[in-house]
Amino acid sequence: MRALCWTGVNELTVERVPDPRILNRHDIIVEVTLSSTCGSDLHLLGGYIPAMSAGDIIGHEFLGTVVETGPDVRRHRVGDRVVVCSIIGCGRCWYCEQGLWSLCDNSNTTPGVPDLVYGSNPAGIFGYSHAMGGYAGSHAEYVRVPFADQGAFSVPEGLSDEAAVFASDAVPTGWMGADLAGVRPGDVVAVWGCGGVGQMAARAAMLLGAERVIAIDRLPERLEMTRRHIGAETIDYSTQDVLGELIERTGGRGPDVCIEAVGMEAHGEGVQYHYDRAKQQVRLASDRISALREAIHACRKGGTVSVLGVFGGLADKFPIGAVMNKGLTLRTGQQHGQRYIPDLLERMDRGEIRTAHLLTHLLPLDEGPRGYAMFKDKTDGCVRAVLRPGG
Amino acid sequence: MEKSAKLVLAAFGAAGVAVLLSGRSRDRGTDGRRPRWQVVTVNRPVEEVAPAGRPPEPLAALGDAVRTRVRPAPGGRGTELAARPGDGTRGRARLARTMGRHPEQTVATALREAKQLLEVGEVTTVEGQPAGRRTATGTLLRSAAHRSRGRLPR
Repeated sequence: MRALCWTGVNELTVERVPDPRILNRHDIIVEVTLSSTCGSDLHLLGGYIPAMSAGDIIGHEFLGTVVETGPDVRRHRVGDRVVVCSIIGCGRCWYCEQGLWSLCDNSNTTPGVPDLVYGSNPAGIFGYSHAMGGYAGSHAEYVRVPFADQGAFSVPEGLSDEAAVFASDAVPTGWMGADLAGVRPGDVVAVWGCGGVGQMAARAAMLLGAERVIAIDRLPERLEMTRRHIGAETIDYSTQDVLGELIERTGGRGPDVCIEAVGMEAHGEGVQYHYDRAKQQVRLASDRISALREAIHACRKGGTVSVLGVFGGLADKFPIGAVMNKGLTLRTGQQHGQRYIPDLLERMDRGEIRTAHLLTHLLPLDEGPRGYAMFKDKTDGCVRAVLRPGG
Repeated sequence: MEKSAKLVLAAFGAAGVAVLLSGRSRDRGTDGRRPRWQVVTVNRPVEEVAPAGRPPEPLAALGDAVRTRVRPAPGGRGTELAARPGDGTRGRARLARTMGRHPEQTVATALREAKQLLEVGEVTTVEGQPAGRRTATGTLLRSAAHRSRGRLPR
């Protein structure tokens, strides 16, 4: 089959590789219909998560058709149209039983790596480096899906592939950001980042009853999209003062919940951004956290900051003083998708959550490198480039 | 774990470096002599983890080269399953014969596999999955990452 492989920092190549096969009894093989780029892939591409190895197939947000099932698979049959959670969870360990699927004890085949760096190991993730299990990703004609009964979900008939693909990651990640933060009716919620995840977090906050949702970005097309398709207010941080705007719009309190959907390569303005970038370039810090700092600063006393953006290692100038003295709660984690996806698919089917607009560029697999270039540089209004391995 | 592998991992972040440079051996117990118990918590009841006191596979297969111990985990979390290389030279010699130069790593691997067999019925793997062209550096990194299973002996 053909697959999009990471071959070095900022290098992707479409290669011919062997077809995947069933390796564990709970596996299925899925013929990939659509596989989306995700902002978190950019950290792999850029070499910010260094446990990548040339030849690794990337991609983790996907939808397709079951073509083979392992002997212990009960819920799926050949021919099922399924969307697959980007995080792999066994469903049997204590963490999965608590609904903390991204902390699964058994799905990471390389637990020693995060154990050394983090003190323990999170779950395996498709196409997400040899720190997260080294699983082959979904930017390929076929992909092996471990623990398929837990992680693959049949898609309602009325839901298009183009909409449903985002139930794999962007929708549940955004939903989790609002859910873990405990968004309640009457809350004011601010969201940093109007990419797929940020937009979904904003929508989730509205559905959970938030009175006002304010989303922050700098790209006019994303801001416009967030206003039109999500119904949130926006702030353009390249022309507006974010903290001033938030204080004014929240009666001087600050948002009850601040959701960060940006991650370790945050773009920003001014001295702070260049300072972070310089430290990251010489590897004195691995993560740039300007959006997270701002979220902490903006949050009301006793509020909650929900971190959805992916961070890998260490950050500099983390405002622990603000966190402590304002009595903030931090919630974070890779997404516990298995716990949310069935409900979210129903909400998507009912039209409560709209996603199809996120797919701005549908490309054949061979154009994967170009898709990532557009996605990374945010050219041509690209929000999500989605690959269609079938051509 | 080999030095080269540690260096590759350390590149992942200064946190790793800090751990590596702390210099204190985690393999030894507080008395500084006997190997420390390595422990996993298995989300199954004690009678399933060690029926009639017999340790689960693949620990059982290691025989008296390892010592094992089970006890209920607090809060209904299942069973704490502990193992360490056997006392005395016989145990260690046998361990070295059956498991090579890194007995603590072997114990860690056996513990993790026992947990997986008990919880999900098999050991999850990525061996045999597709990949594009590999390079020498990448192969070093992968072998380091995939060799280290369970909490690493340092």
